[in-house]
Amino acid sequence: MVVTGQPMGAPDPGGRFGGFGGRFVPESLVPACLELETAFAAAWADRSFRDRLDGLLADYAGRPTPLTACTRLSAQLGVNVVLKREDLTHTGSHKINNVLGQALLAERMGKHRVIAETGAGQHGVATATAAALLGLECVVYMGEVDVERQALNVFRMQLLGAQVRPVTSGSRTLKDAVNEALREWVGSVETTHYCIGSVMGPHPYPYLVRELQRVVGEEAREQYRGLSGGEDPDVVVACVGGGSNAAGTFAGFVATRAELVGVEAAGGAAVGRGVPGVVHGMRSLFLQDEVGQVLEAESISAGLDYPGIGPEHAHLAEIGRARYESVGDDEVLGAFRLLAETEGILPALEPAHALAWVVRAAGNGTLRPGANVLVTLSGRGDKDVQQVREMLS
Amino acid sequence: MSAAAETAPGSPVPGSPVPGSPVPGSPVPGALEAHLRARRAAGAKLLVPYVTGGLGDDWVEVVQAVAAAGADAIEVGIPFSDPVMDGPVIQEASVRALRARTTPRRVLQGIAAAEIGIPVAVMTYYNLVARAGDRRMAAELHAAGVAAAILPDLPLEEAGPWCAEADAAGVETVLLAAPTTDGPRLARIVARSRGFLYAVGLLGVTGEREHVARSALEIARRAKAATDLPVLVGVGVSTPAQAEEICRVADGVVVGSALVRRLLAGEGPEGAGRFVAEMRRALDA
Repeated sequence: MVVTGQPMGAPDPGGRFGGFGGRFVPESLVPACLELETAFAAAWADRSFRDRLDGLLADYAGRPTPLTACTRLSAQLGVNVVLKREDLTHTGSHKINNVLGQALLAERMGKHRVIAETGAGQHGVATATAAALLGLECVVYMGEVDVERQALNVFRMQLLGAQVRPVTSGSRTLKDAVNEALREWVGSVETTHYCIGSVMGPHPYPYLVRELQRVVGEEAREQYRGLSGGEDPDVVVACVGGGSNAAGTFAGFVATRAELVGVEAAGGAAVGRGVPGVVHGMRSLFLQDEVGQVLEAESISAGLDYPGIGPEHAHLAEIGRARYESVGDDEVLGAFRLLAETEGILPALEPAHALAWVVRAAGNGTLRPGANVLVTLSGRGDKDVQQVREMLS
Repeated sequence: MSAAAETAPGSPVPGSPVPGSPVPGSPVPGALEAHLRARRAAGAKLLVPYVTGGLGDDWVEVVQAVAAAGADAIEVGIPFSDPVMDGPVIQEASVRALRARTTPRRVLQGIAAAEIGIPVAVMTYYNLVARAGDRRMAAELHAAGVAAAILPDLPLEEAGPWCAEADAAGVETVLLAAPTTDGPRLARIVARSRGFLYAVGLLGVTGEREHVARSALEIARRAKAATDLPVLVGVGVSTPAQAEEICRVADGVVVGSALVRRLLAGEGPEGAGRFVAEMRRALDA
């Protein structure tokens, strides 16, 4: 593990990664954040907690997930693409890694109810799953726009026993689902754990969620070394909304020579077009107007439809350890189809952003011919098939 | 020139020293705190209504009507796109004000240009301050005659840099204490709060409630035991009877959604004045 002060070590005691992070929440929530910070530190140092989590990740979620070398895609692009297959986990995305950890934490803190926000529905489904597994009550906030475009995931959550509350305020997408979950938590904090789905929100969430997702990067690094005779990839690529799969992936490679690339949706490019601000409990980069009103992100991918980014990503961008690119909806659809046709894998629209950047970078020489590229395929595309069908017709 | 610095009838000049009231060793109270301490010393229960800036063309007249109806100070909201501490009524008011192209500058211009006669505190979310910069926003508030700022998403640990700039500019920062705030933390919060202590009456966002929460009386009692600062309970204070009940323990109340709901219904300055006068009578009875 990297020590404090090194990139992707622990944040400072105030929850800062460089100048980003912190805990900007109403006073009602501060004690709960402090409680969670203490509980996580104790649990993370507790062998029995770690064993229980590792057991669930292995026997329930299906870890370790494989690496897949993409022979036909690589031949076509002229770079060597290897996928970290988070799409093969139980519930179909990396979100399960985080929620199993947080559900165990909730149980440990004596909280028998969890709430969550969701965009594409993957985090909502994962939270509902973990809640069912541990017998916790579960309420998921989801923007009304997302409820419509991800109707299948809504039904899935309901089948798992969760209550889905459509959010009708603001842009009716992920940003507003976070607002509504925070509002409910202000009222229910004594009995309820807020299971945040990404490396965002007030301290300790960005740190806690990254540590719970670190397994993605650490597995991938060891697997890649096994595959390549001890080498590390040249470039490691992951999509970024809030940035949890990217944070987990980068954590495994930050101490290697690999270049780290986060790929945002062009309509939600917080690093590309955002400015520093304080929203949703954290100081980070946000799309906002000249006085500080938060702007609405626009993307075909509900999971990346977020005007901010996790504070640690803002820090990694600032110090130059990772760089952040953005791709447009057309490129994403192209990459989605390309992976399906060359490798027989339907990616979720979110990781299709990471692939789209690889396609572009291989085409324009940003990636040298023969470069070794690892892409985290954070989720599977089943949830997006209907939407893609409509867009292609 | 500051509208808030004008003398309200029957009140001492806000900002002038009030003999004997500050705790020894604490900073000289600002305009809001001095005024509230003086009113309390005169036996009054304190009434601080909240109005969303930019809600309707007549929002400045609403502020004036509220002041004339017997408010001791007034909280003016600068609307924000993502108000996480607010329930449906204030959210709706914020949406309407933003649709009418309300900006922080326009709210401050409205305050600066009006005769209000009582201290004004602005309530907003920290991103609007951060975007302008702590120093610039503190200077702009002071220049507009605003006595104090309330930033509900800026808790004690994060408030340092802002408070330093606000102190330097002569703007009082009102901190909030919640039912979940423990004793040691409450002591640190009251030590850093200026103007008054905003005691959040219940666990939840702003909005009207049918009854006074037990937590409102509890936090008021704990806060009163911890500080000589005026203690005002806000969130969930909905009716004159509730305000009167809370003021048996607290020094006063902040009333937001109950008033803003009437404004959303189109009751205007007259309706706002009527409601505040009713609150005033209940507290004076």
